[in-house]
Amino acid sequence: MRLIISALCLAGIATIALADERMGIVNDDLTKKECGACHMAFPAGFLPKRSWEALMGNLKDHFGEDASLSAESTAAIRDYLLANAADASGKARGFARGLAADQTPLRISELPRFKREHGTFSEATMKKVGSMSNCAGCHRGAEQGYFDDD
Amino acid sequence: MKQNIMALALVTACLALPAVAVPAVAGPRDDIVAGFAAAAKAADPAFTGFDAARGKALYESQNTASAESPSCASCHSASPLKAGKTRAGKAIDPMAVSVTPDRFTDLEKVEKWFGRNCNTVLGRECTAIEKGDFITYLSGL
Repeated sequence: MRLIISALCLAGIATIALADERMGIVNDDLTKKECGACHMAFPAGFLPKRSWEALMGNLKDHFGEDASLSAESTAAIRDYLLANAADASGKARGFARGLAADQTPLRISELPRFKREHGTFSEATMKKVGSMSNCAGCHRGAEQGYFDDD
Repeated sequence: MKQNIMALALVTACLALPAVAVPAVAGPRDDIVAGFAAAAKAADPAFTGFDAARGKALYESQNTASAESPSCASCHSASPLKAGKTRAGKAIDPMAVSVTPDRFTDLEKVEKWFGRNCNTVLGRECTAIEKGDFITYLSGL
């Protein structure tokens, strides 16, 4: 019984700690399906509008891969990402805070705040995780929007 | 009399059933392959049929259009019976139809991924013959 209570307390504490780092996950079905076919559908709030525009404007060369979609799907996903971008309400939030206005990062991992929080990893870690775009390789709750489990 | 009519109707319905069911059994994958065969024949009157060995060679071919993705096998795993992995680390269901039965059953999806991946790996579109060979190979494993 004591063990159960302890476990519950720990879980409760963990939840409180994690709540701070909760990131709105993609809740648009088409975006989830199409972006999520190759990588986790990254939360729109991780990048500013101009970054999403640049990405959705060049799916033909998406980091060296052709990720083309129909014109309709491209437009619908672009609209969703822009409406939920880090600076959708005007002021940048999250990782996009402090980003110079003339910078248009295409990778979330290029954001200065992301870099500061992630530091550098050993070759062995990167080999295990595979790619910096594999959030869930380290953050097991990433698909649910939880990132503060490191 | 009424019973006889009922029985007759039932027998007729049962006899009609296979006729209705047969085209459905042929399945969407056969329709997709047939579409590629028609296109292949139109492009080359000498075309006689798809070849699993050519499909295997295409799957395993090493190309130079992309350093990260030189081959289908780069992401889809050397064995189509096994799961693959995208460059971003996400698992891809095995390509072999025997393991992933719904492979190549949705034409829109088939064309979308041939369109993207042929361009990425080969730097060009795939021909109808290549697409048909590829599906034939992966359907026979």
